[in-house]
Amino acid sequence: MATLEIRALSVGYGPVRALRDVSVDVPAGAITAVLGGNGAGKTTLLRAVSRTLGFHRGTGTGTIRFDGQALEGLGPAQVVAAGVVQVPEGRQVFARMTVADNLRAGALGARGGRKAVAAALTRVHELFPVLAQRAHQRAGLLSGGEQQMLAMGRALMAGPRLLLLDEPSLGLAPLMAQKIAETVQEINAAGTSVMLVEQNASIALRLATTAYVLDVGEVALEGPAGELAASDEVRRRYLGVVDETAAEDADRAGRAPRTLSRWSA
Amino acid sequence: MTTFIELLLGGLSIGSVYALIALGFVVIFKATEVVNFAHASLLLAGGYVTAVLHDDIGFWPALGVGIAGAAVVGAGVEFFVMRRYRGSDHSVLAIVTIGVDIILVTELTRRMGTDVMALGDPWGDDVVTIGGVTLAETRIAAFLVAGLLITVFLLAFRFTSWGVSMRAAAENPQTAALMGIKLGRVSLSAWAVAGALAAVAALFLTVFPTPGLERATSLAALKAFPAAILGGLDSTTGALAGGLIVGVTESLATGYQSDLSFLGRGIGDLAPYLVMVIVLLVRPAGLFGTKELARV
Ligand SMILES: Nc1ncnc2c1ncn2[C@@H]1O[C@H](COP(=O)(O)OP(=O)(O)OP(=O)(O)O)[C@@H](O)[C@H]1O
Ligand SMILES: [Mg+2]
Repeated sequence: MATLEIRALSVGYGPVRALRDVSVDVPAGAITAVLGGNGAGKTTLLRAVSRTLGFHRGTGTGTIRFDGQALEGLGPAQVVAAGVVQVPEGRQVFARMTVADNLRAGALGARGGRKAVAAALTRVHELFPVLAQRAHQRAGLLSGGEQQMLAMGRALMAGPRLLLLDEPSLGLAPLMAQKIAETVQEINAAGTSVMLVEQNASIALRLATTAYVLDVGEVALEGPAGELAASDEVRRRYLGVVDETAAEDADRAGRAPRTLSRWSA
Repeated sequence: MTTFIELLLGGLSIGSVYALIALGFVVIFKATEVVNFAHASLLLAGGYVTAVLHDDIGFWPALGVGIAGAAVVGAGVEFFVMRRYRGSDHSVLAIVTIGVDIILVTELTRRMGTDVMALGDPWGDDVVTIGGVTLAETRIAAFLVAGLLITVFLLAFRFTSWGVSMRAAAENPQTAALMGIKLGRVSLSAWAVAGALAAVAALFLTVFPTPGLERATSLAALKAFPAAILGGLDSTTGALAGGLIVGVTESLATGYQSDLSFLGRGIGDLAPYLVMVIVLLVRPAGLFGTKELARV
């Protein structure tokens, strides 16, 4: 039983092929990680789900279903209303607006009424007390870590059932990245499914139950996060572990199989 | 001195009307990044509806219908024309608005012919004299009404959900969409609000001492362009400041025309543009703007 099912998704930006035949399952209640280097297609995958490829003149084929509802053909606002909210890469807070107004903006796509919004705000302030302290400050004046908190808090204002996170640890000091990771766990524990896109594989594999590795637009590896973390190729390429035999293994792996289960068999 | 005060107050009054027009212009630019060259035609449409109806249904209802009518025309332009070009280059969009302007103005002036139409306002040519300073009632009404509308608009922009969605969409449309904000609705409401404000401005551009609504009214409306540009195209504060600066400059330059005769005749009409050019030389993004015009 998966909440989000992506099947045979291919996306291009004009002549540029960004994703080829990608299938990903994000099970309800879990954290699912998507790893990959620069240009692997991680952001493109999230854009396809949130229906914002149009902003980049991207087009795609394949199916995306959330709890059985087809998302293709919906607009971004309808995807939010369906319960899927994306936190964009690079935070993208509304820098000229106050922290409080950023959170208000996040609630504009919410389905529930005033009560639900008030409850969401209380919860966001519990998760990120700093957002309450800085409520009337302009968001552009926050530190990078605080902006990431604001971006996540803003997305939570819509009361999502599935949260899409695009590289939340990008550009953050290790301590702050750690704090964000803990918060992601806390959000998940409270019942929100999470699709976590990261280049920082060590953090992502620690949080996630299952993980996918994208390589130049294709799923190169998939499997339980623990197994992936132990695999030599992932260790070498994403965890910075250098090891001669692992490198050879990975070379061979690159030529042959596609999923971790087949690869390790 | 009395002359100076009269000119200054007159300038502030007409300036607040320019500010109304410029505000609508800025709202459309902020929400959609479109430089709306059809703005003067929205104003003409609102004024025309009021002028045609006031005899039959009375001035205030006619004004109400005129405001609503201009809002509908604005929304219609967005919905039936601009929306088709979504995603096009900003310069293409600006040129599309020029096309819209030509169509609307041609149709409206065909209907008006060479008539000068009265809008049936209650103030007529009454004047008020306080301490030797004489002001037309229409000028006082213009200042009060424009001030009130601008205040209401700014409060709404700052405090309502509509304002939050406008500002979010203006700052980052894609992220606004990710929050579930409907960009189509944002731009539709921007055009409607701009039309409504322009219709009110139409009233005050055509009351005493101006003879009435005529073809040339759209030319008067064009003075809101230098107002918006010198204030900064993406700044509501800039629209207000720009409107007042243009109004006062025009009023003083016209009033002291004879003393400025070395600059040639008609300096009053030219002055707003001179001020605009000087401001842009010093501050290319306008007084309060953040985006340089070159981006358009
Ligand atoms: N707006 C766009 N127009 C054209 N090509 C694009 C656009 N956005 C992404 N691409 C291309 O699509 C491919 C995938 O890009 P994408 O941004 O999805 O990668 P990513 O995995 O998110 O990378 P990063 O980790 O650097 O954010 C790349 O080849 C990229 O150049
Ligand atoms: Mg990316």
